[in-house]
Amino acid sequence: MPMPDALLPASISGLTFEVGNRRLVDDAHLELRPGAITMIMGPNGAGKSLLLRLLHGLIEPSAGNIEWGMRARGDDIRQRQAMVFQRPVMLRRSVAANIDFALKLRGKTDTEARDRILSTVGLQDRAKQPARLLSGGEQQRLSLARALATEPDVLFLDEPTAHLDPASTAAIEDVVREAHRAGTKIVFVSHDIGQARRLADEVIFMHGGRIFEQTPAPQFFEKPKSPEAMHFLAGELVL
Amino acid sequence: MKVQSIFAFLAVCTLGFGIPSDTDASEHSLILQSTTSTANSGLYDHLLPIFEAASGIKVHVVAVGTGQAIRNARNGDGDVLLVHAKAAEEKFVADGFGVKRFDVMYNDFVIVGPPSDPAHIAGLSDAKKALRKIAATRAPFASRGDNSGTHIKEKQLWAAENLNPAKESGTWYRETGSGMGATLNVGVGMGAYVLTDRATWLSHGNKGDFKLYVQGDKALFNQYGIILINPAKHPRVKASAGQRFIDWILGPQGQRAIAGYKLRGQQLFFPNAIPR
Amino acid sequence: MQDFAAAFIEAVNLLARADSDLLEIVGLSLRVSLSAVIVSCIIGFPIGAALGIGRFPGRQTLIVCVNALMGLPPVVVGLMVYLFLSNAGPLGWMELLYSPTAMIVAQTILVAPIVTALSRQVVADLHAEYEEQFRSLSVPTRTAVAALLWDARHSLATVALAGFGRAIAEVGAVIIVGGNIDHLTRVMTTAIALETSKGNLALALALGLILIVLALTVNASVAILRGASERHANA
Repeated sequence: MPMPDALLPASISGLTFEVGNRRLVDDAHLELRPGAITMIMGPNGAGKSLLLRLLHGLIEPSAGNIEWGMRARGDDIRQRQAMVFQRPVMLRRSVAANIDFALKLRGKTDTEARDRILSTVGLQDRAKQPARLLSGGEQQRLSLARALATEPDVLFLDEPTAHLDPASTAAIEDVVREAHRAGTKIVFVSHDIGQARRLADEVIFMHGGRIFEQTPAPQFFEKPKSPEAMHFLAGELVL
Repeated sequence: MKVQSIFAFLAVCTLGFGIPSDTDASEHSLILQSTTSTANSGLYDHLLPIFEAASGIKVHVVAVGTGQAIRNARNGDGDVLLVHAKAAEEKFVADGFGVKRFDVMYNDFVIVGPPSDPAHIAGLSDAKKALRKIAATRAPFASRGDNSGTHIKEKQLWAAENLNPAKESGTWYRETGSGMGATLNVGVGMGAYVLTDRATWLSHGNKGDFKLYVQGDKALFNQYGIILINPAKHPRVKASAGQRFIDWILGPQGQRAIAGYKLRGQQLFFPNAIPR
Repeated sequence: MQDFAAAFIEAVNLLARADSDLLEIVGLSLRVSLSAVIVSCIIGFPIGAALGIGRFPGRQTLIVCVNALMGLPPVVVGLMVYLFLSNAGPLGWMELLYSPTAMIVAQTILVAPIVTALSRQVVADLHAEYEEQFRSLSVPTRTAVAALLWDARHSLATVALAGFGRAIAEVGAVIIVGGNIDHLTRVMTTAIALETSKGNLALALALGLILIVLALTVNASVAILRGASERHANA
């Protein structure tokens, strides 16, 4: 069972990512607390995906500090997190084998666990099929299932439903809610305002690499602190 | 997983067959480094089973042409050497790589050529004169060009006429750098005269429309020699098996077998070992 | 053109009566070339994978060298292996010259660079796709390499077949280190060379046709195995 208290709360300060002269993530400060579904929102190119990758340890920051509940950085922390990417990466094997792969990484060879996980995303009937032949929505559900198979404390999702139809989107959101109920911390990037309204407990708003606010959801949607967020919510192009 | 096990099975099979050395280290077999005319003409196919039946020793023939055979023998990669380049053979023994050289058998060289016979050498029994006419008319001539016994003989004949066709290499004089068979293929293909040993010519499957023009000259005499590779230089040489083969081929049984080999009714090799 | 017709008839003839010499030569060709390919894959797949995903100084130079080695001339390899295995050479004591083992060694030297270079490309391409996901899952390197090799198995099968094509078709290496000894080290290509030098062009061509059929058979078998594995819906 995930124990969010171990990694969380996490405190991020001065996080910066620079390429050449451009700051793609600029002096980010935020807090990740257990229990809330945190949505990161903002227009395209705001740096949301980059921020996620920095938090997950896939990219090294140019400056700044990420302090998890445990002091050490590196593989130890990343192993207790998982990420669902915008485009699912399917291993060229069966659906079941994809889950087995993740389970084996954490030392589990339990077919029962695999079947259970496939059921939670409704793919138990597809267990033997080549994963690459699944539809986009099914592949993303499999991706999500694979991520959850590692029993992460923190689950990052990078616009997982951006390319999916409404039915698949609903399915993904259901599973995310379920995982959250079971105790997994959710950090979810989305540019879809409707999705944020459905899911978010708190919203981090980003624009131009900078974090403008971290606000509880009801307040954010009612009356955001920053004018940029206000324009964004109003459906305007925020430049 | 099934596919993996099939591949694993294949791997085990082929490796299992491949890795253990299957050269015979005992003296039940020996390696004969040889010129190609004796092999390609079918002489060994006739001769060696007789020897094997008599001695229980299998002879493995590496037929590569005189130059390479001598080189291999110098490296000790064989037990017996059989070629037809007397001077080179004697040097081989003098340098200590061979024990002793013996005459085994002889045949002769002939000159073959295209039906048009541009140099008009048909019927000549003087080989040197024929070559002089070929050079004079600049008729195409395909040479071995590979320091084989045949090539050495050819060079001797040109030299005796004070001719140096190598200067014109690439024009009418074409050096193939190849074995007798390959050179014959080239000659037939381009309508060029070729100096060849009679055995290879008679057994060659691609004569095209070529005719045999010059034969019978004493200068075209072709002597084959056999030498035991020196175990003092290369301890792994199978001296005992090698000597048995030499003794047999020089003895009455071997010499009779050589004479008994005929291709299309013609005897190709004439035994002339000195009785011991 | 006469030779072509005669060759075709001769080929059918040889196959129909299952000529024992022919079967012996075919068997040895397969044994030598398949062994060389298998050893080359055992060496080449992991090294290719390491080159494909590794990042270390000198990697680019190494890749260029391996790629260049794909063009090793068979006769040069044959010569070099001969010089090593010759009784006058450093490995003469192994008494491997003029044996199928020597031929396998020579062909492995020819095929291993091909397998390494091509599998490097295959693995690198797949790695580009998997890399971020693998890092997210904290997949250890050895597991990653194994996963990449398994997932790329179809492309790698093609790589192995490319290596096999090179091996079964070459004559320069095996003729020098094998000696083309009758009933010992004679394979399809050296037999074809021999028959050509004997002027038996129709027979040489017939053997050539049979060699092509052989290569087709091997490729077809792999395709069938592949189809079967795909129908098993992957393990």
